[in-house]
Amino acid sequence: MRAFEFHPAHQISDAIRSLDEANGNARICAGGTDLLSRLKDDVDNPERLVCIRTLPDLRYIRNDKDGVRIGALTTLSTIEEDAYVQKQLPLLHQALQVTAAPQIRNQATMGGSICQRPRCWYLRGPFDCLRKGGKECFAVYGENKYHAILGGHLCYIVHPSDSATALVALNASVKIHGSKGEKTVPIEKFFVGPEVNILKENILEDDEIITEVFIPHPAPGCRGAFNKSRERQSYDFALASAAVQCRMSRGVCEDVRVVLGGVAPIPWRSREAEAVVRGKKLSAATIREASEAALRNAKPLTQNDYKVDLTKLLLTKSFQQVSI
Amino acid sequence: MAKKLKRKTQKVHIAFTLNGEPCEVAFAPHKTLLEVLREDLNLTGTKHGCELGECGTCAVLVDRKPVLSCLVLGLTVEGREVTTVEGMQLADGSLHPLQTAFADLGAAQCGYCTPGFLLTAKELLEKNSKPTRDDIKEALSGNLCRCTGYIKIYEAVELAAARMRGEAAEVPEEVVLGLK
Ligand SMILES: Cc1cc2nc3c(=O)[nH]c(=O)nc-3n(C[C@H](O)[C@H](O)[C@H](O)COP(=O)(O)OP(=O)(O)OC[C@H]3O[C@@H](n4cnc5c(N)ncnc54)[C@H](O)[C@@H]3O)c2cc1C
Ligand code: FES
Ligand code: FES
Repeated sequence: MRAFEFHPAHQISDAIRSLDEANGNARICAGGTDLLSRLKDDVDNPERLVCIRTLPDLRYIRNDKDGVRIGALTTLSTIEEDAYVQKQLPLLHQALQVTAAPQIRNQATMGGSICQRPRCWYLRGPFDCLRKGGKECFAVYGENKYHAILGGHLCYIVHPSDSATALVALNASVKIHGSKGEKTVPIEKFFVGPEVNILKENILEDDEIITEVFIPHPAPGCRGAFNKSRERQSYDFALASAAVQCRMSRGVCEDVRVVLGGVAPIPWRSREAEAVVRGKKLSAATIREASEAALRNAKPLTQNDYKVDLTKLLLTKSFQQVSI
Repeated sequence: MAKKLKRKTQKVHIAFTLNGEPCEVAFAPHKTLLEVLREDLNLTGTKHGCELGECGTCAVLVDRKPVLSCLVLGLTVEGREVTTVEGMQLADGSLHPLQTAFADLGAAQCGYCTPGFLLTAKELLEKNSKPTRDDIKEALSGNLCRCTGYIKIYEAVELAAARMRGEAAEVPEEVVLGLK
């Protein structure tokens, strides 16, 4: 790892000032599990790390009348063990249980897990690819077994975060602090595909930090399911995943959000699948139709057409689980 | 407000609790906890493996939770409590029941992965005195072993857990010597 200037921040305003004055040359370090591996691989080379572990008051899970608020520094294992999350947000709980290995979940934070960079081996290796400001995406003609089948545009990374997939399904929002003040953004608007920005996966500016994730209380009758497929069973990133959050009333799906992970540069909301099931009973035929609809526009690369059937299967499974 | 930044390699100095005792150490600010333990504190029980969070051989306890020391900056343990395999023995100096069980059952072959397994299992047994085989598998899922095939490791954790619950757990001869 190369040397850097280390700035522990003791207040949010310190952190923002420290980021701002570095002019794009600083990175936030929370749990460090993603950042340090990028620094070791020498694919990112900031002059300054702004350590936010030292910020007080960003480790909490608070329940209020509108929903649950999770401080950005709360570790994934703390969220996974939380009784409210286990009971009311099974979709998030299931996603966290299959995120990385327990030691990493002890270290990784809420904020870091949604801001982690993609695992594309060209991005993480010595390749001057589009996402690093170069001229070409090597995945198009190269080794693209793990790359995107939906939403690719010049660049074909997949978003690596399981919690992000779950949070989009749960209609969460993120609170962001920066030099210009504070704002809250629906998490769906937080992530951006390569057609909007080829260099990064979200709207965060260089001087901005996430301080909180908010998840509204699910309406009565809501059910959620998350299914993920991984190449290795002990722990691994998603080959594909499917999250379904659905409000059921007398067997009919009144409202629904369907989000696919591991298949697109952002957590991929499938409005096509949602349109099929909304207002209907979740019969086998409807579920089949919805799963087909979700993947209808898939454009596999040379080595990843397996993801199409795999994702349909995972989505079918998630629908089946919320229907019983 | 752009500012010219300086990359510092000048040593930094921190104080923390290491294996139950106060410890002070100086090191370059970009070193990982793994490097600080091995290179600056000469505690080489913590092993250096993949360096990317994938093998678990560098696991140590920070504030009693297992984390991967290759992905922790040394600077961030200031004021915290770190336990390495060197600090696993009991207060009277005898081996921790997990260490004894690993030795009794041959749960270590080359031994490279062993410190990471021991510390991760230690925390498991502190929060769950009677883990199922699935609990053990899940807790140890981030630790790779290239020699044992894992079965002996799971058995050793079960044996240690039984002994720590005060049950008279003997090692069956065939586990050690194979079937006659
Ligand atoms: C072996 C291994 C397996 C893994 N498997 C999975 C998996 O199966 N599923 C999965 O989802 N993830 C997986 N991960 C990734 C892991 O979830 C992330 O590394 C972790 O969540 C990042 O959190 P952190 O706090 O350590 O972030 P850091 O490494 O500290 O930061 C990550 C990024 O986010 C930025 N950042 C951090 N906090 C904030 C904030 N509050 N505001 C703004 N920016 C911020 C940092 O600048 C950095 O760019 C795996 C990681 C490893 C090493
Ligand atoms: S060396 Fe840390 S996980 Fe492999
Ligand atoms: S005993 Fe050799 S790697 Fe586990």
